[in-house]
Amino acid sequence: MPTADELKQRIETAIPGATASVESPDDVHFSARVAAPAFAGKSLVQQHRMVYDIFTGELGSAIHALSLKTEVT
Amino acid sequence: MSENPLRDAIKQAIDENEVILFMKGTPEQPMCGFSARTSAALQSYDTQFAAVDILPDPRIRQELSALSNWPTIPQLFVKGELVGGADIVAELYASGELAEVLGVQAPERVPAEAPAGADPAPAPLGIENRLS
Repeated sequence: MPTADELKQRIETAIPGATASVESPDDVHFSARVAAPAFAGKSLVQQHRMVYDIFTGELGSAIHALSLKTEVT
Repeated sequence: MSENPLRDAIKQAIDENEVILFMKGTPEQPMCGFSARTSAALQSYDTQFAAVDILPDPRIRQELSALSNWPTIPQLFVKGELVGGADIVAELYASGELAEVLGVQAPERVPAEAPAGADPAPAPLGIENRLS
């Protein structure tokens, strides 16, 4: 089962320069705030896709829900 | 004829409806908190939108996500473009940008029947969050 800390590490590894804070009450529902320079010039849809893409195949199964708030740094 | 009539039907629905929400359940009876909040945000504006319940057939969700490259439900499309899921719609709603996206008038005009002396200041753009 993924942990909030594991998601944080994976986001920060996958998106260059990203800072993430991830919370989860149950290791199934996650809420992440991600700030990254790589989001610059991208729409919110594109920014969220960059994060979702890290967890392809896990969303809806191991990761039941991933709520996102992205920010350009 | 395409070999994937369901995907074609979804694409057609997105193309033919200026505002269309794919959700779990219906606006009247949402079956998931994220879908409930998203449809409530849309309903707060004086605008029509089409809603598709993806629950009756799991293939709808599968084909929709393949088409949109978006993994989660709900999904809001305006003029054929994916606006986003629950988080993005909530963010746009809170900032007032959702009205712009939907092409609806932000509630800034004082109604004609407003009593004289009513506060003439326009409603704040940051619409109160009634969703929580």
